[in-house]
Amino acid sequence: MHDYRSMVEMLKEIQALEFGVYELALFLDTHPGDRRALEDHNRLVSRLNQLRKAFEDRYGPLRLDSESPYPYRYINDPWPWEIQY
Amino acid sequence: MWFYEKKLQYPANVRRCDLAMAKFLFAQYGGPDSELSAAVRYLTQRYTMPIPQAKALLTDIGTEEMAHWEIIGTLIYKLTEDATPEQLREAGLGDHFAQHDKALYPHDAAGVPWTAAYIQATGDPITDLHENMAAEQKARTTYEHLISLTDDDGVIATLSFLREREVVHFQRFGEALMLVKEHYEHKHIFY
Repeated sequence: MHDYRSMVEMLKEIQALEFGVYELALFLDTHPGDRRALEDHNRLVSRLNQLRKAFEDRYGPLRLDSESPYPYRYINDPWPWEIQY
Repeated sequence: MWFYEKKLQYPANVRRCDLAMAKFLFAQYGGPDSELSAAVRYLTQRYTMPIPQAKALLTDIGTEEMAHWEIIGTLIYKLTEDATPEQLREAGLGDHFAQHDKALYPHDAAGVPWTAAYIQATGDPITDLHENMAAEQKARTTYEHLISLTDDDGVIATLSFLREREVVHFQRFGEALMLVKEHYEHKHIFY
């Protein structure tokens, strides 16, 4: 149970970072020449990639193109709609 | 192509089983201004957008709408998870149970199935972007109605996030509209 809460807390951090990335990406779609927004975007992407990798090493793949230990761990519960956030 | 990421865009918690609210939330799962309509609308219109900014924006907002569709599905799933057939019937979801049990199905709050007639793709980027701006406002209004129909702070937090996204998407579509207009106003004559 303790591990479940840590998993959820880490997932929320990923959600927060990924939200920042997505929001900046939509902004950049219509403002491709905004250097500051692009720098913010790239900085968050780098942090997100690190955090996602750390999460996946501990709790299993978030995507089917992530490496998995044996047996294939991507399928494991909980799926997103089953999590108590 | 797309890859699925095994996480929600934003947390979705419910405090208790609330079948009436689940029924109302179907408005955003399979109604006219639902997240499903939004996703199909933008991902369909993007092919005939004339400038890179608009092609990118419709692709990315359309993709985000799929994530919102999943969030609404999660709220409905959680709100109905512990219900008995009798409770579903009392809440007006007896018709739904008869055909779908507790499976999700894209229909609106009154049980009317989703249809592509809810969306348009005219091939005119100015017209389509205006439709999208209107669609974002209609979805924002629907979220305000839904928020006023519940006192579950978990549901309210998630719906407030989704409402805010409608506001941001409206702004981005407005910017794309301005850029498309500038594109057409430029005469493209080089002599």
